[in-house]
Amino acid sequence: MSAAEYARPGAAARIAPIVAGTVVLAVTWWLWSSGMAEEIMAYKSDIAYLSVQHVELVAWAGALAILVAVPVGVLLSRASLRRAADAAMQLFNIGSTVPTLAILALSMSLLGIGTVPAVFGLWAATLLPIVHNTYSGLKAVPLHLIEAATGMGMTPLQVLWRVELPNALYVIFGGIRTALAICIGSAPLVFLIGAGGLGELIFTGIALDELPMMLAGAIPTALLAVGVDFLLGQAQYHLIPRGINPLR
Amino acid sequence: MIRLENLTRHFGQGAHPIVAVDNVTLEVPSGEICVLLGPSGCGKTTTMRMINRLIEPTSGKIFIDGKDTVDVDPIELRRTIGYVIQQIGLFPHKTVEDNICVVPDLLGWQRTNSRARARELLELVGLQPDLFLKRYPKELSGGQQQRVGVLRALAADPPLMLMDEPFGAIDPINREVIQDEFLKMQQQLRKTIVFVSHDLDEAVRMADKIAIFRSGRLEQLATPNELLANPCNAFVESFLGGDRALKRLRLIRSGEAMVRDFARVQPDTPLGEAQRHMAAHGAAAAIVLDGEGRPLGVLKGEDAELCDSTVAQAYRPDPIGVPAEADLRIAVSLMLTHDLPALACVDGQGKAVGVLTYRSIVTTLRGTGPEADR
Repeated sequence: MSAAEYARPGAAARIAPIVAGTVVLAVTWWLWSSGMAEEIMAYKSDIAYLSVQHVELVAWAGALAILVAVPVGVLLSRASLRRAADAAMQLFNIGSTVPTLAILALSMSLLGIGTVPAVFGLWAATLLPIVHNTYSGLKAVPLHLIEAATGMGMTPLQVLWRVELPNALYVIFGGIRTALAICIGSAPLVFLIGAGGLGELIFTGIALDELPMMLAGAIPTALLAVGVDFLLGQAQYHLIPRGINPLR
Repeated sequence: MIRLENLTRHFGQGAHPIVAVDNVTLEVPSGEICVLLGPSGCGKTTTMRMINRLIEPTSGKIFIDGKDTVDVDPIELRRTIGYVIQQIGLFPHKTVEDNICVVPDLLGWQRTNSRARARELLELVGLQPDLFLKRYPKELSGGQQQRVGVLRALAADPPLMLMDEPFGAIDPINREVIQDEFLKMQQQLRKTIVFVSHDLDEAVRMADKIAIFRSGRLEQLATPNELLANPCNAFVESFLGGDRALKRLRLIRSGEAMVRDFARVQPDTPLGEAQRHMAAHGAAAAIVLDGEGRPLGVLKGEDAELCDSTVAQAYRPDPIGVPAEADLRIAVSLMLTHDLPALACVDGQGKAVGVLTYRSIVTTLRGTGPEADR
């Protein structure tokens, strides 16, 4: 294949799954042939129990983040809040530079240890990308669409529901995907504030220098992240109408 | 019918607000198209947007069919007024069908009724419903989007329409096609239309009345023909441009500018007799007719002098004439192209009913009838 073909964006997109598939196959082959797989499967019951805990944490944090962030983004995008929105978005941008571990530490110092501070910390880290994308997605809806909608007799709420949100949906969805990826990726850290999850296997495995134990936590975490992103990608593809879906 | 009374709109507060619209009084009778015309920033769009209360007037009143619009809920008001904007504003996430049905849906029409209406409207502009109903706006050409934009405004059959440079974004050739298509529709629909434009040619084509605006003031309100014939001040005159007499040609039908009394000759008339005939009419040319009174061509005075046989040897057979309902632009163009001092006007049966001369056209443009000058 020539260099020119690599330069085309389509070429990279076609090669990516092949590369990924090859890597997965190679790793799987190594896991089996070295007997590592068997050692990992020794933690089967731990994996099952901690995965459920992990998913629960992520689900709570993610759902609460979406429920809060989308309305906040909508509010900030209203013309009457323009001044406040500029300030708030600045604040959010600064906020998003704080590492998740620091957020969890702050959360623990406020709420102690356990599930509640963990969900709160993950929620806070997940919130920002969704607020950001909701806000900028709504701001990017062309003004003439809003003018046409208003001129035809839609109430402000109808303009929001029937015109603004559908047209911002692709960008909002993008924010949710990014946010949930951050959420799932950060979730192992909540073990450090006593909330369990797959982080328990990872951190204990590191501490004991037990490679199989660490992998027993790391591999499900990775699969979970990839799986959720795949599901969201499918949802984004199918739920957003063809007229505004750049993927279709 | 729609009436604006002393309509004024200021922007900005304090002692020196910007006066966008200044004491405009205007009436658009039912079924007419009134074009608000002027340079950008003249207040024409602001005036239009006050009609559906997208902008509230600082002072003055707007009556639709005698009812003050202040007494109507603005949301309800807008649903009864068709609205088309320059950017079209089709909703990209909705299909053509759902776009057309926006207002019917807002009004709570039965779904089967509104969707049948969308189908019927698409057929009206020659877009096959089965092909277009389920398409998204991005899958349409610019001209098709424009048509759908107009259909969307017509969907709930509002008696009044506001159109803000609706054909502005289309290339000139397609624009004329869509304008003609729209005028044809308007002949059946008889909507009352307020139409904002900055394009004089468009205004002359579309308007029953043209309202010329300058810095918020209404300078002149007149029919296109009146306006082009008698601009009321230097601004209007310069806005109309140096070729306003030529623009008027399109507005006048050949039949209105022809004279009925003219020199007629037959192909077998001797040229000497033809010359005497022309002299008797004081004409520079005679129309050659066949036995049934259909024109065969034009005999020019100078051609008659060149030989001494019959008319058949000397007349010009091309062009034979113009239909009396054709506009003067076409007739004058033929006369200029073929260097003819006179051209026959024919009726539906192809019979010559009169003749156009430069003299008769000039007197018509001056406003006196062509016959009066003779």
